[in-house]
Amino acid sequence: MNMLLTFWRSTIGKKVVMGVTGLIGLGFVIGHMAGNLQAFSGAEKLDAYGALLHGPLHELLLIARVVLIAAVILHITAAYQLTMISRAARPVDYAGRKPQVSTLASKTLKWGGVLLLVFIVFHILHFTIGTVHPDFVDGKVYRNLATGFEVKWVAAFYLVAMIALGMHLYHGAWSSMRTLGLARQSAHPLKRYLPVALAIVISLGFAVIPLAFLLGVLR
Amino acid sequence: MNFTLKVWRQANAKSAGRLETYAAKEIPSDASFLEMIDIVNDHLEADGKEPIAFAHDCREGICGSCSMMIDGVAHGPVKGAATCQVHMRSFKDGQVITIEPWRSVAFPVLKDLVTDRSAFDRIIQAGGYISAPTGGARDANEILVAKSDSDSAMDAAACIGCGACVAACPNGSASLFTGAKIAHLARLPQGQPERYKRVELMVAQMDDEHFGHCTLYGECQAACPKQISIDVIGLMNRDYIVAMATKTPDMAGASGHG
Repeated sequence: MNMLLTFWRSTIGKKVVMGVTGLIGLGFVIGHMAGNLQAFSGAEKLDAYGALLHGPLHELLLIARVVLIAAVILHITAAYQLTMISRAARPVDYAGRKPQVSTLASKTLKWGGVLLLVFIVFHILHFTIGTVHPDFVDGKVYRNLATGFEVKWVAAFYLVAMIALGMHLYHGAWSSMRTLGLARQSAHPLKRYLPVALAIVISLGFAVIPLAFLLGVLR
Repeated sequence: MNFTLKVWRQANAKSAGRLETYAAKEIPSDASFLEMIDIVNDHLEADGKEPIAFAHDCREGICGSCSMMIDGVAHGPVKGAATCQVHMRSFKDGQVITIEPWRSVAFPVLKDLVTDRSAFDRIIQAGGYISAPTGGARDANEILVAKSDSDSAMDAAACIGCGACVAACPNGSASLFTGAKIAHLARLPQGQPERYKRVELMVAQMDDEHFGHCTLYGECQAACPKQISIDVIGLMNRDYIVAMATKTPDMAGASGHG
């Protein structure tokens, strides 16, 4: 227990927690995206997938939800505490500091994360609980998508959130491997190819659903 | 060449500072940045004014003293160079140049551009060494070191402790410095016996000095006059995870006294 507490209190320990919980989130979004894409196979297929998760696999779903909620809480707690530590680390700021190699993704990581949190809460209220959905019918997954994305600003919000997700993953997927000490030594450690592909595939993989409904490909 | 300098002036650690404007006139283009300040200081002294205080020693990029933020960039515009290795030809004639001290809670400003970087010394003191028994020197080739290990250890050992990594980091993190000091010993056989105790103690000291955390922006690597790679941070983190995971309860009781 002593060791765990020491670990959590260290800045590296908190970063490791962020890395591990981030990778849990990454695994989840890949699975979630794959599940979503069944919308292109029609309403029956998607509704059957929903019924599978809530029926025979409901224990698995419960475990996934508990793990994800714990991961999100840990991720946010560590992020908040580290932000406070870093703010305190530079009480007097520069008249001007010019970043040399920081990416847009790294600079927007923090507030992009806040946006994602807002989105996740909205998304759960929208498609899981249905309270902010105009016409939510339990179990009618495809129908809920279609009616949900009829509201244009909601669809737009989903698209914006998926850009934020892509950027978050672009920096996070790469940096977590380095934080966890799993990345190989490299002559150009800032270069990254896999995270670019990962970020594009995942954000597009999600965004095609609201886009398809907006463009009338799905209806 | 002529320049307008905006320089942070602060009488002592306790007083408030502010940016003051000075004219740097008729500066040779082959003057180093420090020589340019020397010339400005000569004029200030001739006018009976207090010269700009800045730390300097070797003036050849190996002591790590001449730490200053030049136009928002640690050690100025030249890659892989300390301030003393930057020459005025790297600037445009007539340019306005802002010069500030490192900004970190762990590096208090003593005067003008001079900061107290003892926090780095304390991190080294916490474990950045190998304990060696006294006695006859061992034969140089007795311990075999792979070329790749010796190369990467030397890359990390190039750290001159200037603090640019902390200064350039948006989080004010000392991860590159501490990582370099840990890596250069961890990559050599001599560093192995105390490897995990070392990382535990040095990371604890780094946190105690109130440095920020590492988000891997990469700014430290870009600012480092020795171009030390952020790979050392990955090594430090991995060793820290191993240190924490393999720590025995007995050692836990003794931590902090090593």
